[in-house]
Amino acid sequence: MALEPSDVQRAAHLARLAMNDADATGYVDDLGRILAMVDQLQEVDTDGVAPLAHPLDTTQRLRADEVTERDQRDHFQRVAPAVENGLYLVPRVVE
Amino acid sequence: MMQWETVIGLEVHVQLATKSKIFSGASTAFGAEPNSQACAVDLGLPGVLPVLNEAAVAMAVKFGLGINAEIPEVSVFDRKNYFYPDLPKGYQTSQMYHPIVGAGEVEISLDDGATKRIRVHHAHLEEDAGKSLHEDYHGMTGIDLNRAGTPLLEIVSEPDMRSAKEAAAYLKAIHAIVTYLGISDGNMAEGSMRCDVNVSVRPKGQEAFGTRAEVKNVNSFRFVERAIAYEVERQIELIEDGGTVVQETRLFDPEADETRSMRTKEEANDYRYFPCPDLLPVVLDRAYVDHLRSTLPELPAEKRARFEGELGLSAYDASVLASSRAMAEYFEAVKDACGDAKQAANWVQGELSGALNRESLSIEQSPVSAKQLGELITRVLDDTINGKAAKQVFQALWNGEGDSADAIIDAKGLKQVTDSGAIEAMIDQVIADSPVQVAQYRDAEPDKRGKMIGYFVGQVMKASRGTANPQQVNALLKEKLDQA
Repeated sequence: MALEPSDVQRAAHLARLAMNDADATGYVDDLGRILAMVDQLQEVDTDGVAPLAHPLDTTQRLRADEVTERDQRDHFQRVAPAVENGLYLVPRVVE
Repeated sequence: MMQWETVIGLEVHVQLATKSKIFSGASTAFGAEPNSQACAVDLGLPGVLPVLNEAAVAMAVKFGLGINAEIPEVSVFDRKNYFYPDLPKGYQTSQMYHPIVGAGEVEISLDDGATKRIRVHHAHLEEDAGKSLHEDYHGMTGIDLNRAGTPLLEIVSEPDMRSAKEAAAYLKAIHAIVTYLGISDGNMAEGSMRCDVNVSVRPKGQEAFGTRAEVKNVNSFRFVERAIAYEVERQIELIEDGGTVVQETRLFDPEADETRSMRTKEEANDYRYFPCPDLLPVVLDRAYVDHLRSTLPELPAEKRARFEGELGLSAYDASVLASSRAMAEYFEAVKDACGDAKQAANWVQGELSGALNRESLSIEQSPVSAKQLGELITRVLDDTINGKAAKQVFQALWNGEGDSADAIIDAKGLKQVTDSGAIEAMIDQVIADSPVQVAQYRDAEPDKRGKMIGYFVGQVMKASRGTANPQQVNALLKEKLDQA
C-alpha cells in the first residue's frame, strides 16, 4: 500500500503530533518501508492460526476487589499546571 | 400514506458494583470529594500498570449466564484511542474483538402480558472516563477523575426492538437482571445505568434497514421512550419531505424534548483499536464459570413463570411483581405471611403501590413491612375484619399508629361483628327507624329491590361503625325486608 503525505498528516493529527510538510514527506518513506515489511508478512499463509493478543504465553492475573489506595490528591496535584476546588483545570473543551 | 416501521437497538452501560476500580485499588464510592479517589493508575501516570479486578470479571460472567450467553474461554482487552481531558491516558481500555460475554437473549414483557425475546449481540468490560465540568473556571474546564476506571459492562443488543415501548421494556429487563444479580445498583439518577439508542425507520415490509442515528444521553426509562418518539418522527418527516437520514450521533435534550446533532469531527470514529499490551488475555476455566453459575439467584423471567404457573397469578400480575427484585421479595414475604398469593398480589399492587406512588416512595422505603401487610391480610382471610376495616388498618400501619394489624384492630375496635344476634339487633333498629324506605322497598318490583337494599346496608354498616360483616348484613336484611 502506497502512503501519501496526507495519510501521514492524518495519522499525526490523530496522535496530536505537529508535523510540517517536509517531515511528512520524510515519513512517507520511513513508514512506507515498515508497511512494505508488513506486506511481506501478509504473504504468509495464516489460515487456522489464532491471532496473538500478547507475546507472553501466560494469562491475566486477577486481583481481589479491595480498596488499597488512599487519597493522595494533594500529592498528585502538585505537578498539575492548574487546580481549583480539587479539580484539575484544563483549556476549555466544549463538544 | 406510507406505513413505517421503527427499528431500535440499545447499548446499555452498566456500572458494576465493585468496591474498587476495574484496574486499580481506588474506591468507586459515589459522591466523594473531586479527585480524592483517583490514584496513579486512574490518572495514567507514567510507569503504572493495570491489574484486573476479579469481581468485575465475575459480575460480567454472571450477567452473561443470566442471559444464557456463551462465555468464551478467552477474552482480550483493547485500547480505544481518543483524546479528551477526562481520559488522561489517551485511550479507554475496552474489549473490541474478544468480549467477555458472547451472544445471549433477554425476555421482555409488554403491557398486554405478552413476552418477546431480544437478542444481545455481546457484552464487554471497559473502564469509565472521568467527568468534565464546564461551568466557568475562569474560562477553563474542571476535571474530576473519581469516576475514571470505574468498571462498566456495555451490553449491546441486536436491532430487535420495533417500538419505543419495546425499547423501554428492554431497558427495564436489563435493569431487573443486573439488580437481581446484585452486579449494579441500577441507579439511573446517579449514572449507574446509561443508554445510547440506535434508531432507524424503514417502509413496512422492507427488509433492508434504514440509515440509523445514534442518540446519546438517554438516561431514564421515560427518556428512552421520548427520545425515540422524537427521533422516529424526525426521520419520517425528513424522508417524506424528500430528504435522507444521515448516519450521525445525536444528543437527547430532555428539557427541550428533542434530539440534536452533535458536531462531531470527521475522525471522531477512528479509534485505532489494538490489543492492550499492559493486559494479558483473560482465561476463564470451566470450574470458575460453573461456580458462578451455581451462585445465580432466580432471575426475573423464571420468577415470572413461577408466579404465573405455580402461584396462579395473571400474566400481568406476575410480570409486574417480578419486575424488580425488591418488589418480588416483598410480595413473596407477604405471600408467605398470609398464605394466599392472590390476596398478597392484590394488596401489593393495589393499596400498597397506590400509597407508595402517592408519596413517591420506592418499595424499599415502604413504612408498612411485608410482615405487617401479611398479618393484615391474614385477618381479612380469617374474617376478623372486613374489607373496609382492612383499609383503615392499612392506613393506620402506614401512618405508624401501631406495630401490627392486631394491635390496631384492638385499639380501634375494628373487629368484625359476625354474631348474627348483634347484627340482627342493628338491622331491626334500622328498619324501625326507616319506615318510609321500608314501605318503598316493599312496594317495589322484586328486580328493583336489589339496588334499594344498598341504603339499608349502608345504615347498618354505619350503625356498626363499619365492623359488621357485609355479606351477613346483606343476607339478613334481605330475609327481614322480604318476609313481610
